[in-house]
Amino acid sequence: MTDVERLLASALRPIEPPKALADRLEQRLAKLTDDAAHELADLELREMGDPRNWGRTVGAVVVGGAAAGGLALMQARRHRKQAKPTGVKRLEQRIADAAAEVRKQLS
Amino acid sequence: MSDAGAETKARLDRDFTELYRDHLRDVYSYSYYRVGNHHDAEDLTEQTFLQAYRHFERAQRESNGRPLRPWLIRIAHNLAANYYRDRSRRPQTQLEDAAVLTAPHATEDLAEGRAELSRVLAGVADLPDDRREALIMRFALDMSNREIAGALDRSEGATKVLIHRAIKQLEQALGEGGEDD
Repeated sequence: MTDVERLLASALRPIEPPKALADRLEQRLAKLTDDAAHELADLELREMGDPRNWGRTVGAVVVGGAAAGGLALMQARRHRKQAKPTGVKRLEQRIADAAAEVRKQLS
Repeated sequence: MSDAGAETKARLDRDFTELYRDHLRDVYSYSYYRVGNHHDAEDLTEQTFLQAYRHFERAQRESNGRPLRPWLIRIAHNLAANYYRDRSRRPQTQLEDAAVLTAPHATEDLAEGRAELSRVLAGVADLPDDRREALIMRFALDMSNREIAGALDRSEGATKVLIHRAIKQLEQALGEGGEDD
């Protein structure tokens, strides 16, 4: 090491960051990571709006079990439940289906 | 959030925290020697880590396991360049500021070495930008030629030459200054 290099090593020493900076930065980074987590959860929920993604998203939700995922799963179940006929309507549907089958065989 | 998503994010956050802890001092030191005052150095350090967080996933993916310090310092380098461009100013490390720069070095052998260190810092401040930055990375951050090359987007050979020329130029400037004294 030459004299100038020794002087440089002495003049350009590493400088400790102020404690206040570290505290402030850690708070901002923690907020960023929280925001990013919420954004990711929102994205998965938005994907539920597209029927092409239902299988994938519901699958991920079942595996996951995180709060947002659980909500999405409940919404998916409610959709299926509403679409499915119940009670008298279900009986009427069965009779109509049977009649259609008989007509098909007679024709 | 799905399990896979949560797991990936947790891993990224963990890795980023490690990067932050390992290199906060590096980024702050680099920023400080670039801008010459604590206030702007803090601002630059903060912006560097916020920007790094936004692009961390991609940087990690593309690094193939290589250390990310050059990438981090390169962000600080680009932000510092914007800092000067936006505010139309040069590094404020002339003699009066050189005294400020030596202040954080504590009080040891202050009286004896302070004048000499001030001359060195003033000499560093007078170097062309790329030479000055290379010296800051080498001596304040203890970066290797390879790391400096990554941060400055140059080849390792070109970086070696750059540092050699920077030291020679400074040596000459200090010699001339010494003859004047």
